Amino acid sequence: MLSSYWDSVAVFLGINILMGVSLYIPMTAGLISLGQGGFMAIGAYVCAILTKSDVPFFLALVAGGCAAGIAGLVAGAPALRIRGIYVMILTLGFGEIVRVFFLNFESTGGASGLGGIRPLTELWQVIVACVIAYLMVWRIRHVRLGRAMVAIHEDDLAAEAMGINLTRTKLLSFSLGAIVAGLAGGFYAHQALFIDANQFDFSRSAITFLYVVLGGVSNPLGAIVGAAIVTLLPEFLRVVQDWRMTVFGTMLVLIAVWRPDGLLRAPSLHKS
Amino acid sequence: MLAQQLANGVMLGSTYALVAIGYTLIFGVLRLLHLAHGEVFMVGAFAGLQALLWWQFGPLAALIVGLIASAVIGMLLELVAFRPIRKRGNSHLAPIVSTIGAGLVLQEVMTKTFGAEQTPFPSALSRVIYNLGIISVTGSQIFILSVAIVTMIALHLFVTRTRYGIAMRATSENLQVAAILGINVNTVILVTFGVASALGGIAGVLVGLNFNAISPFMGVEMGIKGMAVMLIGGLGSIYGAMIGGLLLGIVEVMSVAYLVSSLRDAFAFGLMILILILRPRGLFQTGIRTER
Repeated sequence: MLSSYWDSVAVFLGINILMGVSLYIPMTAGLISLGQGGFMAIGAYVCAILTKSDVPFFLALVAGGCAAGIAGLVAGAPALRIRGIYVMILTLGFGEIVRVFFLNFESTGGASGLGGIRPLTELWQVIVACVIAYLMVWRIRHVRLGRAMVAIHEDDLAAEAMGINLTRTKLLSFSLGAIVAGLAGGFYAHQALFIDANQFDFSRSAITFLYVVLGGVSNPLGAIVGAAIVTLLPEFLRVVQDWRMTVFGTMLVLIAVWRPDGLLRAPSLHKS
Repeated sequence: MLAQQLANGVMLGSTYALVAIGYTLIFGVLRLLHLAHGEVFMVGAFAGLQALLWWQFGPLAALIVGLIASAVIGMLLELVAFRPIRKRGNSHLAPIVSTIGAGLVLQEVMTKTFGAEQTPFPSALSRVIYNLGIISVTGSQIFILSVAIVTMIALHLFVTRTRYGIAMRATSENLQVAAILGINVNTVILVTFGVASALGGIAGVLVGLNFNAISPFMGVEMGIKGMAVMLIGGLGSIYGAMIGGLLLGIVEVMSVAYLVSSLRDAFAFGLMILILILRPRGLFQTGIRTER
């Protein structure tokens, strides 16, 4: 049996892997989001409010994911005409708007946060969610939607000329990512037991970005490696006590310089 | 009342503009986001504070100390977090990782040195109040406005009249062609980081003077706002960043005065999204493409 400390570290690692996947999905279509924290917040709040009124945890998780998915459609709409760094800053702004909304929304605790959430998250549930998310990422390149996403990533004009519906594909990939982030938020709320708006601020989105880029954007397993490093490294760095973030930050710079394309390389191409 | 709010908005907006110009200059030459620029701004504020506290220099000297400190840190970041990545293939995501890391380091070093709480930023200037007919302004507000105006005029002269300024514009037009024409691109990039960071440092001292308190985490919010302003103005457009900064400052102050004060930031980013919907390339389109 894991000790309760490592059990909780493992749950947070799983949640972070889910967040990494949530960013990886729209990235497959070339849409890089710096606002995943916003979707996570929506999932966390919706899920926590529902379980507080005695809705079963599983249903609440689904509802939280759906709410985040709808928000993904809303946030994705203005992102249709822009790309690259514009999308990153646009989603960043969206994440901030969500944070400010929950900071001021009195029905969910406002600035004082939402406490008294029941501890419903269990490790096996998070592991099952991660496995499902990975099966999805793994298979997505082999289905119509996934191939369309990759084509858009390569060249969206050519993709459109080939008859791919840009609007639908981009929105779907954005929304799919948001659903996963919403699920992660639901798990997070029932593990942390207290949530407030500032837990889902820009640094949450930026760290989610670190998982994927550090691990390697061209390899789906990169998000696991990246999330593991970013989650576990500060735990092991407790030896350096007060200078934890300095050591961690320096290591980020070194890894970025050493491996600009991430730690894992692209999986070798299988026979076509 | 309206004139007063407008004046306050311009004060706030001019500091946004200075930070956003830094982002836009760096984006212009490198097409990259510099996520530690907010921390460079924060370092400038603390350096200026030291000049005020320890050496009892006036605000002008504080400004110069803050400017130099930020410029040094900014150029150091280019050498440590950007140049090595540029040399090893042109990854456009890795610099975001390295600047997040560098930002964490700067935050923690400043927290260890000055404490995590808000540090008061003394200013004799804010106690002097001038009544100019319908609006009243403090001495520091007049100082902020004049510094911002002088800085922007100086920047305009720099990019249009000096060798390095022209080389910078050529580089942001097209890095490869500029290199072929004999411009030392690496030096130009280093100078760009120096200028951009110096502007951030000036903004840091001005924000300290305006709000009379600074903290090691003040750079995060300013960094996000700076990026929003860069987007509003159009990526790579210096004059767009100036106008965008003023616009954002005025919208924020107005939303506090006439709407809901706690939703200030929501209005700020709402403005950004609205402008992106209406003009996807910002107010001043530069033709810079971000295909990646």
